[in-house]
Amino acid sequence: MSAIDHDVSGKLPRGRHTHGDEPDMNAIDHKATGGILSPLKGLQFFGRKPVTQPLEPRPASANYRGFHLNDWQLCIGCSTCQKVCDNAAITMVEIPGLPEDAAKGVRNLRPAIDYGRCCWCALCVDLCPTGSISLSREYVHTCTDPEIDSYFVLPDANGIHGVAYDKGWAKSEQSDLVALQRTEMPEMAPEARIANFDEIVEGYDKNQGIIEASRCVQCGMCHDACPTHMNAPEYIRAIWQDDIEEAVRQIYRTNPFAHTCGRVCTHRCETACSVGHRGAPIAIRWLKRFAMDQLDHERVKEIAAEGKAAYPSGKRVAIIGAGPAGLTAAYDLAKQGHAVKVFEAMGAAGGMTRYGIPYYRLPADKLDQDVDVITSLGVEIQYDTRIGSDVTMERLRDDYDAVLVAVGLWMGRSTRVKGAEADGVYRAVELLRKVADGESIPVPKQAVIIGGGNVAMDIARTLARLQKQHYGQVAITLTALEDLDHFLADPDEIKEAREEGVEILDARGPQEVVLDSSGRATGLRTWKVLSIFDEQGRFAPKYDETDEIIHAGDMVVEAIGQAADVNLLGEALTEALEWNRGRLKVDEQLRTSADWLWAAGDMVRGPDVVSAVADGHRAAASINDHLSIREQAA
Amino acid sequence: MRPENYEARRQPPSHEYELNIGPNHPGIEGNYAFKLRLHGDEVIEGRADAGYLHRGFEKLMEGRLWIQNLAITPRICVPDPVPMEISYCLAVEDLCGLEVPERAKWLRVMQAELSRLAAHLFTFGGHAATTGMYTPMFWGIADRDLILDLFEELCGGRVYHIYNIPGGVRRDMPPGFIERVSNTLDYLESRLPDYDDLMFKNRVFVKRARGIGVISQKHALDWAVTGPNLRATGLAFDVRRDDPYLVYDQIDFDVVTEDAGDAWARALVRRKELFQSIRIIRQVLAKLPEIPGPIRCPIPNPLAWNVPAGSTYVRMESSKGELAWYVVSNGGEKPYRTHVRGPSQMHAVQVLEKLAVGCRIEDVAQIMFSLDACPPEVDR
Repeated sequence: MSAIDHDVSGKLPRGRHTHGDEPDMNAIDHKATGGILSPLKGLQFFGRKPVTQPLEPRPASANYRGFHLNDWQLCIGCSTCQKVCDNAAITMVEIPGLPEDAAKGVRNLRPAIDYGRCCWCALCVDLCPTGSISLSREYVHTCTDPEIDSYFVLPDANGIHGVAYDKGWAKSEQSDLVALQRTEMPEMAPEARIANFDEIVEGYDKNQGIIEASRCVQCGMCHDACPTHMNAPEYIRAIWQDDIEEAVRQIYRTNPFAHTCGRVCTHRCETACSVGHRGAPIAIRWLKRFAMDQLDHERVKEIAAEGKAAYPSGKRVAIIGAGPAGLTAAYDLAKQGHAVKVFEAMGAAGGMTRYGIPYYRLPADKLDQDVDVITSLGVEIQYDTRIGSDVTMERLRDDYDAVLVAVGLWMGRSTRVKGAEADGVYRAVELLRKVADGESIPVPKQAVIIGGGNVAMDIARTLARLQKQHYGQVAITLTALEDLDHFLADPDEIKEAREEGVEILDARGPQEVVLDSSGRATGLRTWKVLSIFDEQGRFAPKYDETDEIIHAGDMVVEAIGQAADVNLLGEALTEALEWNRGRLKVDEQLRTSADWLWAAGDMVRGPDVVSAVADGHRAAASINDHLSIREQAA
Repeated sequence: MRPENYEARRQPPSHEYELNIGPNHPGIEGNYAFKLRLHGDEVIEGRADAGYLHRGFEKLMEGRLWIQNLAITPRICVPDPVPMEISYCLAVEDLCGLEVPERAKWLRVMQAELSRLAAHLFTFGGHAATTGMYTPMFWGIADRDLILDLFEELCGGRVYHIYNIPGGVRRDMPPGFIERVSNTLDYLESRLPDYDDLMFKNRVFVKRARGIGVISQKHALDWAVTGPNLRATGLAFDVRRDDPYLVYDQIDFDVVTEDAGDAWARALVRRKELFQSIRIIRQVLAKLPEIPGPIRCPIPNPLAWNVPAGSTYVRMESSKGELAWYVVSNGGEKPYRTHVRGPSQMHAVQVLEKLAVGCRIEDVAQIMFSLDACPPEVDR
């Protein structure tokens, strides 16, 4: 398209008057009759050179608001354009074959425009989170048969006629209406937090919470990405409307671990958030925490109990493990009227969230509140009871109508390098459990951590705090196979660990724990990692043996993964159940091959609080079906 | 079926007859009917019959988000849409306490005056056409198109600009825009004597327009006449000068008046205002390069925007007269009530019905156009 010259008036022949005061207007007054020759002056234009406009179509201006263009590669199908459309002119249409991935926040929907309704205001362009929509510089659309259909168009990057017109009105920094900036979360400074286990994140105040909630475009990508499908758009909107009770009600529809998830959730919702494509995603996790912290605990209990069955069902369910999966199932089943008893091996409820997550991330009193909401529904928890030794599975099977096993991953995996069994080598989960339980652990002068996940960060930062308390300085080295871009830990965790003085060395493969003459660990020998996986994607690390470092340390901690301890099942049951590569085999409904036994949480899913909560709901639904008249009748 | 319930059907006397003008006719820039009772060529009674363009905008706006209403506002008065947008934005800004950046205010004045030029050219030409002179109409429409070109370049829309947003304007001028506006103004100004030749120095027009549809100053005030129609009765009242908004207090311009109060005087006031608008835009163009800075203040996410509870009345001078918005918010994301105080409703209904009585049928269309009423705004 040629350069545009809109300056038509610059080329038109000038009339008589140029700049200055009004021309002889004073001569015109009400009494003057006017001449009969004056109008003939118009004839002078006959003598003028005619102005000829070219016949080819006049190109539209650079800002023109013509028909829609939509870059399908950029568009994620979030439907924000549909929401802001003044005239309901936009319908989201499913396009089979386009990528659809809830975890990444991508839907296979694309906007179709009804040009009988569109008013070309371009708000869809200005509020598009990704910037995929723009308007073209195309003027004309002519009807074809059938007429109605020709006004309802699904535009792609080539517009509505398949001809690639230039972009007219498109996203610009000036016209962008998406709120890209996140409300900063107040946090303790590294110097203030390093010597204690106080919670780092301070939480939003009321004003900050409402402002952060107001950024949401209500696309629901977060809902789709969340393992338990939390009603995040609804509670965010309720927070924005300053209706905290409604927000808590929406949260409890899907998640009784609200305080916990408001603090330590892996927030897949924020990964999927459509605003995050060009800016910072809505702080959905912090908003959940904000809503929970705003409301009085007793009121939370009343809201959580809404909808509880009025009459007991007479059925009894045993749940093994008072972690997120077990207690979520207990919450659902108790609300459905069943009598639920939870058996817990430790002295307090919460499972790995209590014994695996340090207090600076999740204070114990907040976890206590979550547990208190659940027990207030009538869920009974029997502490210090280990299934297998104190009570057998067979006993549970006979005494209860259904049994759910939901134990966490309590056993730390070992690297099995030379010296890994020596004194001074520990597994991260064991140390974290002892710290949480108030037991004393040896505090090393210099520690080496193996692992690049969140557990590695947890133990590194816990040891850093203990070192600061005991010796006044931090000396922690963290080594991991992965390079920094592929760490499994949250970027926030890595940033905060560094702020607290943890030295992070990426792409280092452990080869040997170095021992002194008495057999105690004095360090870790690592090689530089060249690659972790082979061409088939199997785990087969390759090293550069010339790049060797010995990291000195009187303690070596392995944080490379955990496993479940399934000894509680007993030999006979272990033999009778079906297994799948070391894990209990369960169906879609989390039922094992025994019709009275369900399994849920980390032991079948892998470590993640919100996935455990999702599992708890699914297992509870299946158990409820089993206990209800429907399954028995069938 | 009792006798007292019978009412004799009202029949016009045999020497009178009824004539419907419109809803489509050359007297007005939209669909608007006027029912006349005539005796020969003389109008005995005129009755306005509005409603052909009623779209229920004020009610519609109660069901839409604050920002979605932007697209409705210019459609209320098609020939002069910019003041509708700006005054709605001023109302929302007033309720929210938004601080509009200086540059946006000057850009708004430029738009408002460009829109006034376009509207006056339209009316000016239309008025000439009702007296049978089509050349000024062709010229007026063609010259108005040059202004629409400018609007297209500024905001991507020729007629419905939707360029203003609460907090400022949606984007800055494109490069070279000042020069092109300046060129257009030079051209329009050079054309003014040509218009004069065909209108005010033309005996045909003077004979047709003088003494037609006279409004006295007292009647004008009684009938809520505003704008050029009021100034044509000799009263120098202009919201821009007497209750300044935006940056009109920093701009030098004259409030044009004429004393006669007839169709001729109204046309002449508009003709002189063309020149005043050109003057104002020239001052804005000179000022704009000196004013840097943002063109919009930060505003909330349009999908989650509660406007604080309260009500406001914001007025400005449109090409037709005093235009005002009364906007009530109950603190929600949509207006609780909006009301447009448009100038055209008074001009097209009560004033026109009065002025038509006693005039001849061939002058009805001229009186209508000389009042410059805008049917889409009457009906809304």
